[in-house]
Amino acid sequence: MTESFTPPTRFAVPGRIAVSESTATLWQTATITEIRRETPHAATFRLAVPRWAGHLPGQHLMLRLTADDGYVAQRHYSIASAPDDSGHIELTLDHVAGGEVSGWFHTVAKPGDEVEVRGPLSGFFAWPGDRPALLIGAGSGVVPLMSMVRHHRVRGLDVPLRLLVSARGPEELIYAREYGAETTPVFTRSAPRGEPVGRIAAAHVAPLLAEQPSGGWEAYVCGSNGFAEHASRLLVAAGQPVDRIRIERFG
Amino acid sequence: MNVTRGFTGRPRVLPHSPKGVGGAPITGLPPGQYDAGDDWPVLSAEVTPDLTPAEWTFRIDGLVEEPRTWTWKQAHELPGSVYAGDIHCVTSWSKFGVRFGGVSLDAFLDVVRPHGSGTHAVAYSHTGYTTNLPLADLTGGRAWIAWEYDGEPLAAEHGGPARLLVPHLYFWKSAKWIAGLRILDHDEPGFWEQNGYHARGNPWEEQRYSGD
Repeated sequence: MTESFTPPTRFAVPGRIAVSESTATLWQTATITEIRRETPHAATFRLAVPRWAGHLPGQHLMLRLTADDGYVAQRHYSIASAPDDSGHIELTLDHVAGGEVSGWFHTVAKPGDEVEVRGPLSGFFAWPGDRPALLIGAGSGVVPLMSMVRHHRVRGLDVPLRLLVSARGPEELIYAREYGAETTPVFTRSAPRGEPVGRIAAAHVAPLLAEQPSGGWEAYVCGSNGFAEHASRLLVAAGQPVDRIRIERFG
Repeated sequence: MNVTRGFTGRPRVLPHSPKGVGGAPITGLPPGQYDAGDDWPVLSAEVTPDLTPAEWTFRIDGLVEEPRTWTWKQAHELPGSVYAGDIHCVTSWSKFGVRFGGVSLDAFLDVVRPHGSGTHAVAYSHTGYTTNLPLADLTGGRAWIAWEYDGEPLAAEHGGPARLLVPHLYFWKSAKWIAGLRILDHDEPGFWEQNGYHARGNPWEEQRYSGD
């Protein structure tokens, strides 16, 4: 009995790429080179990782901080920057209330500080830039999706790409100045004058599915669990196949 | 050790108590984990299915004497069993003192009787999610089919109506919306295992990724 086993079910979304065992297990020193404020609660941290093996948009890494008594805190963070050969990567972190790692980044960290990273990790949420992509994110869930948007832009890709991004208000919209025609922002608490306020709804998703390219969209959903449940159900209700939806939930 | 300047971290977590609910040992935090407290993050990669108990079935086949499918009602006729203890997620949170109700996987395996040649299993979900486990990790009172959490029906986002529960391994092994086990004579990587995660996933040895 050596044939591979495939369960008789409908969801079997394959990973997009193989993950390198050697880069996934190796801890590397990363040096903070720049800190940019994005919103009142989020900032981007640029890290020099000279031996970074490269990543695909959508991948994440594991980051660890070590206290002087040996205590270690590890977290997974999505990579915000597009793949390039600069030897740098960028992370955009929310300041989580009581968060020991994000708290350190937002209140202690300064350029020159060193942390440790391993990765890139997981081939599931990766987007190589090949298939038409429909991206839906909320809050800092936009981070891995922005890596895809940047990659699309930097490489001048022709493959269709759309981003639906939800934020509480304009001042909370991460990367607000970078978005182009591919992006539709949705504001849940306060919006610029004349724009509606409310959650992402069927009315936002339907037009995107109506304009889907031949072969359909590969959908990438990222955000809190509550948002991911909401957005993925909207996609299914609008006709997006379950096996073409990839979800990354923050938690 | 590369100490991070100015990093102190949370108050250090010690084991809560020598024994948890139901007498299960509580053994503290595995390396690199933090206590999620009252949170129970949801991290499934697929759309949460609309699956009712009436639609749910659980099957064991492959290298067994008698392949068998249980309905919700038939599974509930097996003797009940509770897991009270801790759970550990590869994303680095752990949750202390949880309480799941269901049936020990031993009770199901006693019915189908795996062949001596069966060494591993692929657990698969009603969604198509898969994960691989050594058969030895599924026997001996260390694995359950669970449908209750804290005395309430298990929520859909946490794998309800029923999930596999293998709490001594990282929680991606505890397949939500469990549909079946196929017993094999070899190890076959499941969904996350094909995406770079460790074949076994023992939190105490910090087996997060392939190669750890």
